[in-house]
Amino acid sequence: MTSAPRSLHAGETPPEQGPPGVDPAPSAVAAARAAAPDAAATAQAAARPPAAVNIADVAPARRSFALKARDWASDDPFAVVALIVLLTIVACSIFAPWISPYDPTLQDYDVILMPPSADYLLGTDDLGRDVFSRLIHGASASVYAAFLAVGVAAFLGIPVGLIAGYAGGWVDDVISRIIDTFLSFPAIVLAIAVTGVLGIGLTNAMISVGIVFAPQLARLARARTLVLKQELYVDAARCFGASPTRILWKHVLPNAIQPVLVQMTLLMAVALLAEASLSFLGLGMQPPEPSWGGMIARAYLYMQIAPEQMYAPGLAILATALAFNTLGESLREAMDPTSGKT
Amino acid sequence: MLNQLQRRMLRRRLLQAIPVLFLATFSVFMLMKLLPGDVAVVLAGEQATDERIAEIREIYGLNRPLLVQYGDWVLNALQGDLSQSLLSGESISTTIARVFPNTMFIVAYAILISIVLGVPLGVLAASRPNTWVDKFVMTFSSVGVALPNFWLAMIFVGAFALNRAWLPATGFVPPQEDLWAAIAHSTLPAVALAASGVAEVARQLRSSLVEILQSQHFRTLHAKGLHPRAMLWRHGLRNVSVNLLTVISLLVNRTLAATVVVEAVFAIPGMGTTMVNATLQRDFPVVQGVVLMMVLTVITVNLITDMLYSVLDPRIGQK
Repeated sequence: MTSAPRSLHAGETPPEQGPPGVDPAPSAVAAARAAAPDAAATAQAAARPPAAVNIADVAPARRSFALKARDWASDDPFAVVALIVLLTIVACSIFAPWISPYDPTLQDYDVILMPPSADYLLGTDDLGRDVFSRLIHGASASVYAAFLAVGVAAFLGIPVGLIAGYAGGWVDDVISRIIDTFLSFPAIVLAIAVTGVLGIGLTNAMISVGIVFAPQLARLARARTLVLKQELYVDAARCFGASPTRILWKHVLPNAIQPVLVQMTLLMAVALLAEASLSFLGLGMQPPEPSWGGMIARAYLYMQIAPEQMYAPGLAILATALAFNTLGESLREAMDPTSGKT
Repeated sequence: MLNQLQRRMLRRRLLQAIPVLFLATFSVFMLMKLLPGDVAVVLAGEQATDERIAEIREIYGLNRPLLVQYGDWVLNALQGDLSQSLLSGESISTTIARVFPNTMFIVAYAILISIVLGVPLGVLAASRPNTWVDKFVMTFSSVGVALPNFWLAMIFVGAFALNRAWLPATGFVPPQEDLWAAIAHSTLPAVALAASGVAEVARQLRSSLVEILQSQHFRTLHAKGLHPRAMLWRHGLRNVSVNLLTVISLLVNRTLAATVVVEAVFAIPGMGTTMVNATLQRDFPVVQGVVLMMVLTVITVNLITDMLYSVLDPRIGQK
């Protein structure tokens, strides 16, 4: 791919691209920023077919978006690295079957516990399986687990928090006590108990991790709603006869979502570590399907013979969790102008 | 020692704990009801005779209304009777009494390390904001929070137990039997658990200290010529002690959860190993008992923290 894309850039500028010369940042950054929540609206606008929109209306917004992305990238280069790491992990989890050199479950007893080599980039495990391929496929378990747990938490926590904050009174009291209760459940402990009862497997485990996370999001959403329901535009909507559902959905949620999204990003890291822990204990992803935690558990058995086996999956977990945290902190700072750097 | 307002505050806190206790115990009780199908059949096992199923139903009182079952379960639990293991037949309270001190010893050790190392690191970073010292501490704390602690534990085992044999690699000695052996056995697990604790304490302490150092109060202290060290350690720490307390109480919850995995690495007979084994063997009453004990521990710690708030900061509870 040498000539075709270049001619595209030089000649006809695709309509989706910003005005030439405005955005020197690599397109990865722009794509990166599109994933950021507060830019979602802008990204949506940019994704609309150009024929339907007046270019003059859209251009300034797009320019400011590009500028914002560039500012963010130069302010916080670590966050950009974090985003690239995360995109790589997600790409691995989606395209694993095509990019991994070997079948992750293929056993080859001729090459057992081999050190890293040209054929096996990270060596082979005790059943002669390629560690590198297992690492790439293991990303799927992690990504699935993190999104499932945080998705469940958002699905349960955000509406409950909005309702508690908006309704007030005894509803709020009851919900707040439930929130207090679930905040005192250690996440992994409940996940283990629920998998014990419902049957061992990653999905059950991560749903219960999500249930334990939900109160954290509910508490944030509730706190924001308490503030927002005093706003004039909420009063106005109420005067026009908007239903509470509509007010919460259209007026409160969009303004309450930012801190929740930050917390969700940070919870991704916690969910990822929980998945790794559960798979390590044999209660998460079941062998022979690869997962990073499971790989570490396997490597532990052969630690004295092949100590290098446990480094790759552990570093993968560390890098992904670190990336989620870095991105979350960066989003927090970008969204909250008062938390400027000290 | 406490004035009337503080006493009223404490009373209110205790009252608020009651619904939480009820909901928590009820949730733990309901865990068993999640079992698909007839609970008695599942509990009795696959090849159980009809008599055995009837017996199980009798033992666990499964033929009675739900709330009655719950009430009975709580009353028995209050008397220390959490029924018995399906496999070994051992009383669950006996099991818990045996393993709980081991887990709490390690958790307490880990939290002690977190405070002893985390507080100076946080103060150090806050006293030199945006220098390389600060950046180093902050980077360390970002990594510490993201480290899978069971993996760190394994690396420690490799480095300090297998290769050098400075500390025992696995197993445990209960502290009441031999304190020094207990400390030796729990040092590696506690350090592995404390990595995220140190990071969390340092990070939170730094951010609240940096905030408070910019306040008028500290400008006055500076103006009257107080030594920066005295400002930080005497006035600064006292002002952020409430935040520190919050971090520590959250740490108890997290460390308790994390020990479950770290205990597995070191084969420590604690709450975590008991729970994981019971889960793998589908010994549900044991799982239930251990979860109950852990949740009660966290609730107790939260309650104590809440009460300490009003002692540390008399303004709390005066509104």
